[in-house]
Amino acid sequence: MKIIACIKQVPDSEAKVKAEGGQVTWGDAPLVINPFDEYAVEGALQQKEALGGTVTALCIGPESAREALKHALAMGADEAILVSDPALTSLDSVGAARILAAAIKKVGDADLVIFGRQTLDDGSGVTGAQTARVLGWPLLSLAGSIKVDAGSVTVERVIEEGRQSVSAKMPLVLSVVQSIGEPRYPSFMGIRKASKATIPAWSLSDLGASAPAPIVTRTELMNPPSKEIVCEFITGDAPEIIGETLADKILAEKVL
Amino acid sequence: MKSLVYIDHFKGEVQPASWEALGLAKSLGAAIAIVFGRDVEAVAKTALEYGADEVLLADDPALEDYRGETYASTLSALIASSPPDLILFPTTTRTREMAAMSAVDLNSGVLVDITGLEADGDKVIATRPIYEGKVLEKTICNAKPQFATIRARNFPKPAQEAGRTGTITKVEAKADALTKVEGYSATEAAVNLGDASVIVSGGRGVSNNPSLTPPAGMDEKQAELWRAQQGFALVAELATVLGGAVGASRAAVDGGYISYSHQVGQTGKVVTPDLYIACGISGAIQHLVGMRNAKLIVAINKDADAPVFKQARYGVVGDLFQILPALTVAMKKKLGK
Repeated sequence: MKIIACIKQVPDSEAKVKAEGGQVTWGDAPLVINPFDEYAVEGALQQKEALGGTVTALCIGPESAREALKHALAMGADEAILVSDPALTSLDSVGAARILAAAIKKVGDADLVIFGRQTLDDGSGVTGAQTARVLGWPLLSLAGSIKVDAGSVTVERVIEEGRQSVSAKMPLVLSVVQSIGEPRYPSFMGIRKASKATIPAWSLSDLGASAPAPIVTRTELMNPPSKEIVCEFITGDAPEIIGETLADKILAEKVL
Repeated sequence: MKSLVYIDHFKGEVQPASWEALGLAKSLGAAIAIVFGRDVEAVAKTALEYGADEVLLADDPALEDYRGETYASTLSALIASSPPDLILFPTTTRTREMAAMSAVDLNSGVLVDITGLEADGDKVIATRPIYEGKVLEKTICNAKPQFATIRARNFPKPAQEAGRTGTITKVEAKADALTKVEGYSATEAAVNLGDASVIVSGGRGVSNNPSLTPPAGMDEKQAELWRAQQGFALVAELATVLGGAVGASRAAVDGGYISYSHQVGQTGKVVTPDLYIACGISGAIQHLVGMRNAKLIVAINKDADAPVFKQARYGVVGDLFQILPALTVAMKKKLGK
């Protein structure tokens, strides 16, 4: 089994992200592997353990994104590849999908390509589906569990209405959700291995691709309107009195 | 502007935000609803009642189960035969995929989970939260047709006009399936937090009721889960009285108190209900970004310094195991339930 886990680097979820001078800034908060993508790496490692094979972590990003790839290596991925090119700074999701598809083909012979559900930055959650479409491969999305059997994959999808079991033939693209299992912590040995690993960087010319023209573009960046909320604390001598007062306050707001 | 509006449904049960998308399309010009599935003419008729100018219906055994690739191909073919300016979808697990795939087919792009939209001629400028709502962006699609999915409860829902009729035109389904649906189970009561007008959420604090004694023989973790169940029962009771859904913080989900589908926040669901009641939730930033756009936020927590109170209009510093039942009783009485 050859498994590719597609990951992205994003500002840490604790970061105070702001719009400043037309740019998104996050102060000195660290850049980390997208938390949803840790589940993709975890899902990939589970399949490797069950069936043998290798896990390749793949990331489009600047040089700094090597750190996210090192995290995947430290978790247990066998190799990591960075796709990095100065012409790739304003990729939209379709563009990212086309570049990832080219990189997946260059890696070659992949059976499974696994994505996280979405990223913490853009949050569109569409790149996995678009990569599958560009490749012409089946997509099994939002998998909470994965079962591979004789060239065929069956997943339990977690959707609004419950759980749905869907199957397809490999090679295919998967996206996973949290119920796949908590991502393992990098082991001491893993961290050592990751720190010594050589991570190749592929440019657009390595992929034989040109920079996709961005179709979706940003025209403005704003901070959310700051709401001046002053909390009115409800007090009373007994829970019943507080409950009564609070109910009146809520009903007076006429939101129900 | 001419828009197509995809009416998203699961086994004939329409995601209500579909009607919000239809209302938005109507406000921009011509609005043609599209319905895919098998034996779903009733959905097409309802779309007319919600104001669709006409409905394009692909009713075919090949579309019985939603599958991204067949639905996207059917959509792409339909768009190619009569291209609109805009295609609107409610944001759901299905539409994120089919819109994204169809956009690939047609060499266009998709504006995902938008919360605002303005028209500029036949172009649209969408507003959408990024970085889980910490920042907003305005974004455009420089190709045609433009695809956009709308976040539930951010655009007005049009009124349903019973008996309104119109033209339903059959269109062809594409049967290029690569996947097979093997089964479906509605496991736990399916929660749809996105569409809920009221959400009552529980956090780590719901497992801390000191006055409860767990049944004998439980180890520490079992006792904690047992306590959490009792706590969430109180949360659910208030939610039921208010006609709302049960939410949870990540701490509660990670603790195993309740399933992930209930999680509100950065790695869960971002919600905009009319009323959000946070119980025993301290208010980590990851949770707050998921609920702070609720119209009215109420927090109950024993810690007066909990950050959740900074987002709340009303707060109670106290024991949620006493306050919550008292609020439920008062609401029941006042709402005549």
